[in-house]
Amino acid sequence: MSDMDSQRRQFLKTSVGAAAVAIAPGMLLFDMAHGKSEAVSSKVRWGMLIDTANCADGCNDCVTACNKENGLSGGLSPTDSQWIRKVELKDMRSGRSLALPVMCQHCSEPPCVDVCPTGASFKRADGIVLVDKHLCIGCRYCMMACPYKARSFVHEPLYDQKPDVPRGKGTVESCTMCVHRVDNGQQPACAEACPNKSILFGNLNDPDSEISRKIRTVASVQLRADLGLDTGIRYQGL
Amino acid sequence: MMPTHSPLQFKNRLFYALVAAGSLVALMGLYAVYMMEHHGHIITGMNNQIVWGIPHVFAIFMIVAASGVLNVASIGSVFGKAIYKVRAPLAGLLSIAMLAGGLTVLMLDLGRPERVVVAATNYNISSVFAWNVLLYTGMFSLVVVYLWTMMERRMNTWSKPAGLAVFAWRFILTTGTGLIFAFLTARQAYGSALLPPMFIVLSFAWGLAVFHVVQAVIYVWNDKMLDPAILQRKKNLLGVFVIGSLYMVATYHMTNLYFAHQTGFERFILRDGGVYPSLFWWGYVLLGNLLPLLLIYMPGLGKNKCVMAASLLVILGAFALLYVFIIGGQAYPLNIFPGYEVSSSFGDGQVAGYHPSLYEFLLGFGGLAIAFLITAVSIRVLDFIPHDKPYIPE
Repeated sequence: MSDMDSQRRQFLKTSVGAAAVAIAPGMLLFDMAHGKSEAVSSKVRWGMLIDTANCADGCNDCVTACNKENGLSGGLSPTDSQWIRKVELKDMRSGRSLALPVMCQHCSEPPCVDVCPTGASFKRADGIVLVDKHLCIGCRYCMMACPYKARSFVHEPLYDQKPDVPRGKGTVESCTMCVHRVDNGQQPACAEACPNKSILFGNLNDPDSEISRKIRTVASVQLRADLGLDTGIRYQGL
Repeated sequence: MMPTHSPLQFKNRLFYALVAAGSLVALMGLYAVYMMEHHGHIITGMNNQIVWGIPHVFAIFMIVAASGVLNVASIGSVFGKAIYKVRAPLAGLLSIAMLAGGLTVLMLDLGRPERVVVAATNYNISSVFAWNVLLYTGMFSLVVVYLWTMMERRMNTWSKPAGLAVFAWRFILTTGTGLIFAFLTARQAYGSALLPPMFIVLSFAWGLAVFHVVQAVIYVWNDKMLDPAILQRKKNLLGVFVIGSLYMVATYHMTNLYFAHQTGFERFILRDGGVYPSLFWWGYVLLGNLLPLLLIYMPGLGKNKCVMAASLLVILGAFALLYVFIIGGQAYPLNIFPGYEVSSSFGDGQVAGYHPSLYEFLLGFGGLAIAFLITAVSIRVLDFIPHDKPYIPE
C-alpha cells in the first residue's frame, strides 16, 4: 500500500467520522421534534364524565391545576383566559344547588371549527378540538359560535410560557384536554387533580374502558344536547 | 353660473384642507391599530364576553351600506330608469369606498392583522367568513368592471350585463353578511333565518341615505340644484326603504317575543337592558325611523334640507341598531343551563359589561375617513357627478 493510499484512507475515515458527529445530534433532535411516529386515530375518542354529585362546592382544584399545567395567569378579569371554570347552579324551581366545571366540550360537530375562516380551529381524529396558533388570525368568530363560552382571546403579551403549551397574543385558545399529557399516556391535569375523582377521563370508543362502562350504567347528559353537537364531555347528576 | 376667481380658489383650498383632515383621521386610526398591536386588545373595551365591539359596528355599517348604495345603480342599469342611470357611477364609487373602509376596519381589528394573507391561503369552505372573503373581493372587482363599462364609451354596451352581475352579487354579499349572525345557533340574539333578508332591506335604506348625503354635498359644492321632481322620487324611495327596514326589525323582535325561550332576551334588549333599550327605542326607532319618515312625508316638509336631515338620521339610527344588535346580542348571557340560575368567575348568567375605548372609535372613524378620502379624491379626478338631462316624467 503506497503512502498516498493510506493517506487517502485516513482522510476518508476522518471525513465519515466528522460527518456522523455533525449529523447525529440533528437526527436526534429531528426525532424528538417529530415525537411519535404514528398519527392519532379515530378509533379513539377522548372524553370525560363529570360526576356533579361529587364536585365539592368551593373546591377549585381542577381550575388551579389547569392554570398551572398550561401556564395561565389565573386572573379573573373579563380579559383573562379561563380554560376551565367552576359554575354554580341553582334550580329555579326546586332550589337544588350544585356546582360543576365547564371547559371546552370537545364536540364531534364543533361550531368553532365550522365557522373558522382559516381552519385554525380543528378537531383531531381522536376528538380533541384545538386551535392552530400559527393559523389563527384572531377574528374571534369561534368565540361567537361556541355555545359553552369555552374560548378565551389572548388580550395581552405573554411571558414565561410552557414549552408544551404554545399560546400567543392576539389568538384564541381553549382547553386542549391537556393534549400534550394525553399523547404521553397521562390524564388531563384537571382529572388528575380532582380530590374526589369526579372527572373520569377515557376513551369513549372503547366499550371496555371505565368511562364507557360507567356511561352505560349511570344517567349522564351533554350540555345543550338540543344543539346536536355530540360533546365529548358528559355530566352526571345534572 | 360661472364661479368667480376667488371662490374657486377658496374651494380649492377647502378641498385640500378636507383631504388633509380626512388623512389625519385615517392616520389616527392607524395609530390606534399600532397601539392595539403593541399592547394587545387589552386597551380596547372588548373582552372574552363582548368579543366584537365598536370596530365591528363601524365595519358592518360600511359593508352593508356599500351593498345598499348600489341600489341606485341597479335601478338605473337593471330597470332602465334614466334618473338613476346617471347616478350609477357615483353609487359604484361610494360602494367601493365604503367596502374599502369597512374591510380595513375589520382586518385591522384582527388579533393578528399581519396574518390576513393566511385567510387567503388557508381556506375553510364551511366558514361563512371565508365565503365573505370571496364575496367582498368579488364585489370589489365587479364594481370596478361595472364602473369601467359605464365610464369608457366603447364599453357602454357591456354596462347592462355588468350591472346585472353587480345586482345579483350584492344580494348574495349582504346575505353573506346576515349569515355571519344567522349561523350562530347558540346565541339568543342571532341564529335566525330572518337576518339575511333583514340585512338586505336595511342595506337599501342605509345605502340610499349615504347616497343622498354625498349627492347633496356634491350639488352644494358645485352650486347645482337638484331637480325637485328627482328629489321627490328619491325621498319617496328612502321613505319606502325606511318603512321596509322597520318592518323587518319589528318582525325579528316579534317572532322572538313569541318563543317562550326567547322572551328573556327580548325583555333585556327592549326593556330592561339599560343602554340597549334606550338606544333601540330612542336611537333607532325614534331618531332613525320615525323622525326621518316625518321629515319625508309630512306635508310642507320633504324639501332638500329635510331629506338631508332625514338621511343623516337614518345613518345615525343604523349605528344605534348595530350597537344594540352586535353588542347587546353578546351582552345577554348564553343559556347553557336552561332552568338554572348560574354564576361563575367567567361571567356565566351575568350581563356582560362593555366600555368601548377611544382606540376603537379611532379605528372606526379611520375607516370612515378612508371611505371619505377615496370618494373625495375620485370625484375630484374623474367624472362621477350626476348629469341630469332636463327631466321628463316617465
